[in-house]
Amino acid sequence: MKILVPVKRVVDYNVKIRVKADGTGVETASVKFSMNPFDEIAVEEAVRLKEAGKATEVVVVSLGPSAAQETLRTALAMGADRAILVQTDAEVQPLAVAKVLKALVDKEQPRIVLLGKQAIDDDCNQTGQMLAALLGWPQGTFASKVAVGDDALTVTREIDGGLETIELTLPAVVTADLRLNEPRYASLPNIMKAKKKPFETLTPGSLGVDVTPRLTTLKVVEPPRRKAGVKVADVAALVDKLKNDARVI
Amino acid sequence: MTSSNGAILVLADHDNATLKPATLNAVAAASRIGSDIHVLVAGKGARAVADTAAEVAGVTRVLLADAAEYEHRLPEPVAALVISLVPAYGHVLAAATSEGKNVMPRVAALLDVAQISDITGIVSADTFERPVYAGNAIATVQSRDPVKIITVRATAFEAAAATGGAAAVESVAAAGGGGLSKLLGQELTKSERPELTQARVVVSGGRGMQSGENFTLLEALADKLGAAVGASRAAVDAGFVPNDYQVGQTGKIVAPELYIAVGISGAIQHLAGMKDSKVIVAINKDEEAPIFQVADYGLVADLFKAVPELVAAL
Amino acid sequence: MVTKTGPSSAKLGSFAWDDPLLLDDQLTEDERMIRDAARAYCQDHLLPRVVEANRYEVFHREIMNEMGELGFLGSTIEGYGCAGVNYVSYGLVAREVERVDSGYRSAMSVQSSLVMHPIHAYGSEAQREKYLPKLAAGEWVGCFGLTEPDAGSDPAGMKTRARSADGGYILTGSKMWITNAPISDVFVVWAKNDAGRINGFVLEKGMKGLSAPKIEGKFSLRASITGEIVMDEVFVPEENRLPNADGLSGPFGCLNRARYGIAWGAMGAAEFCFHQARQYQLDRKQFGRPLAANQIPQLKLANMETEIALGLQAALRVGRLMDEGRVAPEMISLIKRNNCGKALDIARVARDMHGGNGIADEFHVIRHAMNLEAVNTYEGTHDVHALILGRAITGLQAFAP
Repeated sequence: MKILVPVKRVVDYNVKIRVKADGTGVETASVKFSMNPFDEIAVEEAVRLKEAGKATEVVVVSLGPSAAQETLRTALAMGADRAILVQTDAEVQPLAVAKVLKALVDKEQPRIVLLGKQAIDDDCNQTGQMLAALLGWPQGTFASKVAVGDDALTVTREIDGGLETIELTLPAVVTADLRLNEPRYASLPNIMKAKKKPFETLTPGSLGVDVTPRLTTLKVVEPPRRKAGVKVADVAALVDKLKNDARVI
Repeated sequence: MTSSNGAILVLADHDNATLKPATLNAVAAASRIGSDIHVLVAGKGARAVADTAAEVAGVTRVLLADAAEYEHRLPEPVAALVISLVPAYGHVLAAATSEGKNVMPRVAALLDVAQISDITGIVSADTFERPVYAGNAIATVQSRDPVKIITVRATAFEAAAATGGAAAVESVAAAGGGGLSKLLGQELTKSERPELTQARVVVSGGRGMQSGENFTLLEALADKLGAAVGASRAAVDAGFVPNDYQVGQTGKIVAPELYIAVGISGAIQHLAGMKDSKVIVAINKDEEAPIFQVADYGLVADLFKAVPELVAAL
Repeated sequence: MVTKTGPSSAKLGSFAWDDPLLLDDQLTEDERMIRDAARAYCQDHLLPRVVEANRYEVFHREIMNEMGELGFLGSTIEGYGCAGVNYVSYGLVAREVERVDSGYRSAMSVQSSLVMHPIHAYGSEAQREKYLPKLAAGEWVGCFGLTEPDAGSDPAGMKTRARSADGGYILTGSKMWITNAPISDVFVVWAKNDAGRINGFVLEKGMKGLSAPKIEGKFSLRASITGEIVMDEVFVPEENRLPNADGLSGPFGCLNRARYGIAWGAMGAAEFCFHQARQYQLDRKQFGRPLAANQIPQLKLANMETEIALGLQAALRVGRLMDEGRVAPEMISLIKRNNCGKALDIARVARDMHGGNGIADEFHVIRHAMNLEAVNTYEGTHDVHALILGRAITGLQAFAP
C-alpha cells in the first residue's frame, strides 16, 4: 500500500512573527523555516506504518518555492522513499493545494493520503478535508491514533467533547493531530541517504491545475496588544482586585 | 445565485438532543451579514434541536434533515446535504468547532470555492477578518466566490439570544453521500461543569501542576467559581488531563470573563487560545514566565499554597 | 575602467543579529538539515539534563547511545555504520552539542576524532570491523591516552613503554586527564616501543593490569567524566597494535581533527552565552529601563557578536579546506586558539552581565565559563598554539631552548 504525505514549508514554530509595516503580510526575510509540525507527525506516522509492514512506499509531496526542497529532504531523511516538489512561487491557498494533490493522487494512486490537520502559518485547517471531497474519499480528521486494516482504516479523532473512533473505507484521507506520535529526528546517515532518494520536480501547470487564489488578502495587521497588568502581593490582594476592581467574582 | 442579498445558512452543531451554544455565536455572525438566517439541523431524532433553533433570535427558518445517515454527523453525508441546499444561499456558516472544521472545507471544495476559516470579524458581506500565525497577525481577506463558506470563531461574536425567535421548522430530504465511514465509538469526557468554550470562568493548569491528581486542586477552585477546567498543551501531552481540555492555537479557543492560568508558563501557542479573555489571572512561581506579560493580575507564588488559599478565600 | 557599479552593488540586504554574516546561506541544504537535526536533539534532550549532570557531576552514559543513533559518532567516516558527512557538518554538530555543554561535546569529539579516527586511519581492516560499528552506535565508549602526568604539551616526553613480548607487547605507564576513561570499553593508548618510536595500541576493558580511576574535584566539564589510565604490565596482543601509525604524526593526526571540532564547538558555547546575555539585558530592568538600553552592555554585546561572527567564518573556511584536502595544521591551531580564547572571554563577560544570577547554574553561563577554562587548555593550550603559529611565521621554533 502506497501512502502519500503532503508537507508544507512554514515559518518555524519558534519564530516570533513580525507584521510588515506596510500591512501586506508578515516578515519572512531572514526567518527560519521548517516543516509544518503537524506534517512532521504525518510523515512519522507514514514511516511507522511502513516499518510495521502495513505500507510499501511513502511518497512525500510539497507545493511551494524551490526552497521547499529542503522540507522534502527532511521528510526523506525521516524515512520517506520518494519526493515530489510541485514548484511555484505563487501564493497557494488550500483549495489550490487540494487540486494539485488530487492530480497527484490520480497519477500515483495511493491508498492513503496522510497530512497535518493544519498549517501553523495560515491556520486554515482545510486541505485534507478539501482533498477528500475532490476525491470522493472518506476523511478521518484530527487523528490521534490510526490502525490500518486490509480494506478499512480505524481512526481515533480528537473532538471537542473527547475522542471518537471511526472506520473509513479505503482509500481515505487522514489528518494528523498533535498526539498521534512524536516524530523522530533525522539521523546523519539518513540525511546522507536522503540525497540519493528519487526526487521529482513538477509544476502546477504540468498537472493541469490552476492555482489562482480565490481570496485576496487586503491587509495584515498586528492584533490588539494586551498590556501587562499588575503583580499582586498575595491571595488576599488578588481576591480584592477581582471583587472590587475587575468585578468578575 | 445571489451573494450579499441572499439568505444565509447556518449549520447547527448539536448532539441530536441539544443545540451546542457555539451555534448561537455563528447565528450572531450571520446576523452581521444579512437578516434572512436559516439554520440547518442534520441529525437523527433531532426534532428537539430544531425546535430550540427555531427560538433563537434572528433565525427565520429551520431546516431539519432527520435521517439515520446524519445520526453521527459524519462529514461525507452532511457535506452532500449542504451542497443540495446551497443554490439558495449566498453564505454558509458554521461555528469553528470540531464538527464545523471537519465538514465545511468539504462543502467548499465540492462547490469549488475557498473557505474562510475561523473568522473573528466581518467587514462586509465578502470581506472578513481572521487570525493567522496563532493569532499573532490578523488578516483581512476578501472572497470573490459566488458563495462564501465560513467557519466562525465563537468567542469573537456575542451569542445570539436563545429565545425571541419564532421560525418555522421544515423538513428537508436527505441527500445521500453516506457509507464511506462509520462511527465505532466515542469516549466523551463527562463533567458537571460548564463547557470550556462557553464558561464564564475558566481555570487552567499547566506543566506546573506536576500530575493529573493535582488537578483536583483546580477542580475545587472551579467548583467555587462555577468554572470550566482547561489545560495547556504541556499538561495534556504529559497525560495529566484528556485532550479536550487543551486551550491554545490548535486546541480550544476561549474568551471567558475570567481566565485563571495556574502553573502555565504562557507559550505563544497557549496565549493564542485565551488572550481574548476579559480578565486574566496568572499564578506561577517563576516571575519571568511570559504569562505575566498578558495577565491583568499576576501572583508570583507556589500554586500548591496559593490555590487552596484562594479556594478558602472565595 | 574596472570599477564595478550599478544597481546590484548599491542594493542593501537586511541584518539578522543572530546570523550577522549570513552563515546560513553559506551552508548546503544537507549541512543545514544536519545542523537543524542536531540542534533539535540537543535542545530537546541534552539541555534538560545538563544542569543536574553538571551539579552532581554525572555523565549520563545513555547520551552516547542517543548520539550513536543519530549518527553523531565518527560521522565523517564512510561505512562501518558511520554517516560519511563532510567536515563542515561535523563542525556544525559540534557547535550544537557545545551550545549545550562542552563536556558533552568532549565526549563526542573524543569518541569520533581520537578513538574512531585513529582506528579507521591507522588500523587494520579487522580492527576497523571489530571496533567501529560498536563505537559508532555508542554501544562502546572509547578514550584516547596521550597526555601523561609529566608530559602535556610535550608528548614526545612520554614515559609509557610498550616492551616487546611473545605475541605482543607489555604496556606500563599512566595517562592523565582522559575524557571518558572510567566508562571506556576501548582505550587508544600511545606508548614508546623498544626503539623509542611512538606506537598506538587498542586496549580493551578487562585486560589484566588495566585500570581507569576517575579524577575527582573537577570544576570544569563536570557533565563529562574524566579519569586516568593506569597500565601495570598490561599484555596487548600484536593484533591490537595500530599497524599504520608510527611516531607522533599518529596522535597529531587525531588531534588536528579534534581541535577543528573544538573550534566550532567553542563558538556554540559562546553563542549560547551571547544570546543568554542579550536576553537577560533586555528583560532585566533597573532604573526604569532595560539594562540593554545602556552603552556599556551594548558595547559588550557588539564585541561578542563580532568575535562569534568572525570565529564561525574562520571555522567554516577551515572546514571547507579540510573537505578539499588543503588544510594545514597551523590553520587549525589558529582557529582552535582564537575561538577558544574568545569563547572563554565571552562566557566570562556574559557571566558578569548576569549580575548575581550569573553564578547560579540555572542561568548556564557560569557552567560555560567554567567549561571553557578546560577547553581553552586541552588539546594544545592557547599559548602552545601561539608557538606553533610563531614557528610558522618566523621559521624559528620556541618550544625548547
